[in-house]
Amino acid sequence: MRIERALPVAIIVGALIAIWYVGAILMNTPLQRDFFANAGRTDYSAADLALADLNMDRPKLPAPHQIVAELDKTVLETAPTSKRSLVYHALITLQETLLGFAIGSALGIGLAILIVNLKVLEKSLMPWIVASQTIPIIALAPMIVVILNQFDITGILPKAVIAAYLSFFPVTVGMVKGLRSPDPLQLDLMRTYCATRAQTFLKLRAPASAPFFFASMKIGVAAALVGAVVAEVTKSEDGGLGARLLAGSYYGQTVQIWAALFAAAALSATLVGLIGVADRIVSRRMGFAR
Amino acid sequence: MLSPLAINEKAADSARVIDIADLSLSFTTADGPVQALSGINLAVERGQFISFIGPSGCGKTTLLRAVADLETPSAGAIRVNGMSPQEARANRAYGYVFQAPALYPWRNVERNIALPLEIMGYPKADREARVARGLDLVNLTGFGKKFPWQLSGGMQQRASIARALSFDPDLLLMDEPFGALDEIVRDKLNEQLLRLWDVTKKTVLFVTHSIPEAVFLSTRIVVMSPRPGRIHDVIECGFPRDRTLDIRETPEFLEVANRVRHGLREGHSYED
Amino acid sequence: MSARAYSSLAPPAIFGVGVLIAWESVVRGFGVPFVILPAPSAIFTRFIHSIPILAADFVQTIQGVIAGYVIGCGAGLLIAILIDRSQFLQRGLLPLGNLVSALPIVGVAPIMVMWFGFDWQSKAAVVVIMTFFPMLVSAVAGLASAGPMERDLMKTYGASYGQTLTRLRLPAALPFIFNALKINTTLAMIGAIVAEFFGTPTVGMGFRISTEVGHMSIDMVWATIVVAALTGSAFYGIVALIERRVTFWHASYRQRDA
Repeated sequence: MRIERALPVAIIVGALIAIWYVGAILMNTPLQRDFFANAGRTDYSAADLALADLNMDRPKLPAPHQIVAELDKTVLETAPTSKRSLVYHALITLQETLLGFAIGSALGIGLAILIVNLKVLEKSLMPWIVASQTIPIIALAPMIVVILNQFDITGILPKAVIAAYLSFFPVTVGMVKGLRSPDPLQLDLMRTYCATRAQTFLKLRAPASAPFFFASMKIGVAAALVGAVVAEVTKSEDGGLGARLLAGSYYGQTVQIWAALFAAAALSATLVGLIGVADRIVSRRMGFAR
Repeated sequence: MLSPLAINEKAADSARVIDIADLSLSFTTADGPVQALSGINLAVERGQFISFIGPSGCGKTTLLRAVADLETPSAGAIRVNGMSPQEARANRAYGYVFQAPALYPWRNVERNIALPLEIMGYPKADREARVARGLDLVNLTGFGKKFPWQLSGGMQQRASIARALSFDPDLLLMDEPFGALDEIVRDKLNEQLLRLWDVTKKTVLFVTHSIPEAVFLSTRIVVMSPRPGRIHDVIECGFPRDRTLDIRETPEFLEVANRVRHGLREGHSYED
Repeated sequence: MSARAYSSLAPPAIFGVGVLIAWESVVRGFGVPFVILPAPSAIFTRFIHSIPILAADFVQTIQGVIAGYVIGCGAGLLIAILIDRSQFLQRGLLPLGNLVSALPIVGVAPIMVMWFGFDWQSKAAVVVIMTFFPMLVSAVAGLASAGPMERDLMKTYGASYGQTLTRLRLPAALPFIFNALKINTTLAMIGAIVAEFFGTPTVGMGFRISTEVGHMSIDMVWATIVVAALTGSAFYGIVALIERRVTFWHASYRQRDA
């Protein structure tokens, strides 16, 4: 069954990689022709051209193997403590993401619990929280980084703050939905047992919200990563994958950009994947199994 | 009590709308193959009202769906109007009414009734005339512009019956159409359906769980039993065409109902 | 607006006004430095005085937003319909679509600048990528949402694939499609603004924010943020209004009126 599921994806991925190679040839050819002309070469074959296209120094579209080579160089062949190492930068981004995500989701879950229990909060706060999802709050990132710098808060912390508030809102909205998800009939049943608010929360609302919890966590961690990366673009002196992206774009190092992008994507996919694994384990134990 | 009719009777009988010969159907499920129908033989003449009754799992819905070409038989043959079910479906030979009204919520009642007419390519004036006639047939005139959720369950189901009749098929296939409605509404709809059948002279195959409903509406009742689905008994019903619900108190009615109930019991329908 | 609508707007409105008042008092009372947190009144003043600049920024950024949104959502819907007949393509592309939706796509901004130049086209390209996948995933789910009973009904009419698609499955998919359209309004705004952080001609909301932050003109930064917030919520609101008119029949609306 797993093979049945994986096969179409694998074939499509293979097809996409093939299309990528073709695309690289097509997109790099004009520039490569210029290079040949400037070097005085006129006797190149189509195969020569294609090969050169796929191994350019600053291509318009790097070929997959070039990205792999760059990843190999900056991950495996460079010490993780060096500023040239992608691992070094990825770790910085990871720290910011995890710290921000932890703070953001803790606050989000806490606020969700409060909102579900206090009608006043629900009526006055929820509309703003929902509205905040329509606003590009990432626009606040540069300002927050700079302001925190004024207070001598530098390094990982400002980026973590941004990661935190980006993950805070989706977690709050998702958890409120989850904590409110039990059927009214089940809530009535709890009333017939004279259950206290805390008991209803622990025995009914919290377990019922498990699926929503994991869904919100996945969205939250992805949002936290985006926040960290964007914050690094604003203040790139402290390193991180976003800083690496910016550096690559300043110096025209195309392959470096793509490698950093891949690293960020891999980081995001891994974090979301880990939450997915936790989701499956907990769901099976709770009988939510699909 | 009549035994199931054999297929070897005069094949040139033009009054015969449906011929089912030795039909078998099995499904493959996660727990292995399930024999939904086994060795079904049945002939239906024009203008008859045939009810299929039996417990869940006896295959009555599967049988209806097989006639409608919504399921494929594993063995045996079905002829509808002399054609295979596939050809009959392409020829729009029947109207199907499901357990739920299955009306499209984004269309008002008129446009819902017109849905099959649009698909089958009827011209606009013709569509409008047929929709008006359909609304009249089910007593929903004036509700054409309403949306399905604005109607009660019974009205929605009436609209779906009007939709099934809008393109004038000779054959009407109904799968527990009144099952989700309360008894009072159900009684009214039973009466209305009977009048409708009397007026339009359609051939009706009707699946139901309810013994009184089957006995009240039908000219013939097919009692089915489960595991595997097969015909246990066929009971002829000869009540006058202008009957009302009062007939349910008469001894003749109760006698037929008892025979049906007996047949259900014999078919081990009440076990587990 | 009905009395009920007013009474549901009152608590959040009161809360919002309360926050503004508290903000103003704290800044004035504690003498908070301008470069940390300007008072709402200062931001308002700056806003009024900078309308030409803010308007130009708005126009620049919104070009990328709208162009990218239309192309991205349109392509997502189109591809969803095209792969509708192929289970194989669906099973291959959907997991990828879900994966890509979780990735920090804004990171492709420098690459788009390399391909499409500094101007709004590269921002639109980022928005296309960001909005394409959520629409694809939602549209495919929407096309699958028509119930088996409704599909059987179409079969009994002998309806063709095209007839079933246009009369049943596309209308049934509309709630899902609009859900993606709403989410994509925010993604489009984020994409365009963040893409401008990476480089842009001297105009645009993202540009304004990053440069004014460098000048420590925090009141101007806030003014731009106000414009971005208003644009974002207006964009979302318009799509939500259209959704209400087109999918008036959906259960989620009826529950409110019932």
